[in-house]
Amino acid sequence: MTTRLPPPGKKDPVARTRAPTQPPGNRSREAQGLTAMAAVGRFALQVCADCGQVQYPPRQVCGRCLGDDLPWRDVDAMGTLLAETKLHHANDLFFRDRVPWRLGVVGMDAGPSVVAHLAEDCRQGARVKLSLNLDRGGHAVMNARPENPGPNQEDDMQLRELSMDPKDRRVLIVNGKTELGLALTNAFLTAGAREVYVGHGEPWKASPSLEAIKSLDHVTLFPLDVTDTDSVEELAAVLGGKVEIMVNNSYHLRPGGAVDRMDMNITREEIDIHYFGLLRLAGTFGPPMRARGADGEHGACAWVNVLSAYAQINNPAFGTYSASQAAARSLAQCLRAEMSSGGVRVVNAYIGPLDDEWHQMVPPPKLAPDMVAGRIIDALQKGREDLAVGAVAEEIAERLAENPKEIEREIKL
Amino acid sequence: MSENGLLSQLMGGILGGGIQVVDLTMTLQPDLPTIVMPPEFGQSWPFRMEEISRYDHRGPFCYWNNLSCGEHTGTHFDAPIHWVSGKDLPENATDTIPVEKFLAHACVVDCSAGADADPDFLLTQDMIEDWEETHGKIPPRSWLLMRTDWSLKRDAAAYMNMDAEGAHTPGPHEDLLPWLIEERDVIGFGCEAVGTDAGQAGHFNVPYPCHYHMHGNNRFGLPALTNLDALPPQGAVLITPPLKIRQGSGSPARILALVEA
Repeated sequence: MTTRLPPPGKKDPVARTRAPTQPPGNRSREAQGLTAMAAVGRFALQVCADCGQVQYPPRQVCGRCLGDDLPWRDVDAMGTLLAETKLHHANDLFFRDRVPWRLGVVGMDAGPSVVAHLAEDCRQGARVKLSLNLDRGGHAVMNARPENPGPNQEDDMQLRELSMDPKDRRVLIVNGKTELGLALTNAFLTAGAREVYVGHGEPWKASPSLEAIKSLDHVTLFPLDVTDTDSVEELAAVLGGKVEIMVNNSYHLRPGGAVDRMDMNITREEIDIHYFGLLRLAGTFGPPMRARGADGEHGACAWVNVLSAYAQINNPAFGTYSASQAAARSLAQCLRAEMSSGGVRVVNAYIGPLDDEWHQMVPPPKLAPDMVAGRIIDALQKGREDLAVGAVAEEIAERLAENPKEIEREIKL
Repeated sequence: MSENGLLSQLMGGILGGGIQVVDLTMTLQPDLPTIVMPPEFGQSWPFRMEEISRYDHRGPFCYWNNLSCGEHTGTHFDAPIHWVSGKDLPENATDTIPVEKFLAHACVVDCSAGADADPDFLLTQDMIEDWEETHGKIPPRSWLLMRTDWSLKRDAAAYMNMDAEGAHTPGPHEDLLPWLIEERDVIGFGCEAVGTDAGQAGHFNVPYPCHYHMHGNNRFGLPALTNLDALPPQGAVLITPPLKIRQGSGSPARILALVEA
């Protein structure tokens, strides 16, 4: 059984905050294939197209037949823990801060034997389930959990280094005036967040979602308008040292494209909220969050961007919106690289159309906000980095991987 | 300039304390609410500022900002071209209005008690006529300023006072406006709320009648004024120049009043 993690106490104001360090990060180009799988939560390895041999570690040619066609395929994640050990000393600075650390060798049912990080309640000879997870440096590592995890498994310290579990963490949700803002607030509270801070702008405009949020426990509202640099700076001065999970759910969708609805004002609002808004948040909350990336068991761990699936391929019915989302996506990649040195993961959730007033003219399937919030919590708990939420987003991801031109031509006005 | 000339007398009053200069302007800052349009339309930009430098690596010698905002942000001047009824009038934009029109007397009608009792309070002709019995007839070419103390509401939500039927803020009755123009020849209408029309004016017989009538007759608007309680009912002089924006429909302005002490 996993040891229960004690709830966070007050931070000692005179103790030095542990500085973030990086786990070993050198990977070959082939090994970055593991990172791609871990980012989206797949358990896939190279499988030789000629002889069917499952490869590990990733390589350029098959270890058995020297075939060089090694596509990535989802493989059986089960195995048996053959040997276990506990590391009590490490010269590597990252592990030096975290020993003792458990490692083991797992004989995979799919063939290879792999060295994996071990959850606390994995025992030698027992059946285990492997997963590929991103470490604090953003690189894929093998991780083993018991086939049937016991209670408190989310408290496992080694797993917590790989996940971004909201439990006992303080969360800032940027916009509480949308249904998604309300759904996210509820979902984080259910997931055990210690405090949820909720931003809200333009106080003269009423919002039923914000009214509902006001009645929740462990929630504090703060004025926040991502189009106003002063507002973002002021909130970062108050909350920058507390926020452990940032959720940028800024949302401003207006239908229309470049030719059919040329409107600089609407387009500027989209860019201001989605792109400049993210930039303002990144520039103010990024530095204090990154500095707290290794601040104990409850340090800053994740920055979630709720992006449209149309950030990846422009939907001309929402043409300028898609473009602003693409700009935000590009900036989120920059943010990801910059935050990784602090071990803070940038999670991009690409969502399909929400079932809201701005998608009134869009036929189903449309997403319920609760479902989106649930998927985001799941991604944080499992340590994912990119997720496609809903059938539309999943289809876009698949078709982009297959043939970007096909979807560019077929996406409907 | 002769020692006893008119301007010498004016400056003597200002420097000697006989004439007080009152600032009727709200501070431009990012949390100032702007007028709200239906969400499917483009919105008037709120006031925003981005620092260029502050004696730092971006500019060691100076502090300065880039600004952005809509023409109708904070305390501002409404030009006749702002409204469809005034679109074809001569000299109707911020750059073409004759500059002497930016100096005018002001009459201040205290509606603060009425607005306090009813946020949808409307100023009527009867009330003005009562006011004239005490303070004298409105001179031609004067501003009619509606004091409500609404600008004392520092909370943006209370200031805008919106619900599902729109804003609830005081303003002029629609029947008052043609009378003010035809019978009193006012130069314009000023008030303390975010626009010169009442919050519910979109539902009136003529929507937004203050804008419609004032601008349709080449008169002006001065919304979002403050400190009107510092002005006498009659006798103050307003200085109201907007920025000289090409074909500008208005602009934020530093509105000053000269008041005899």
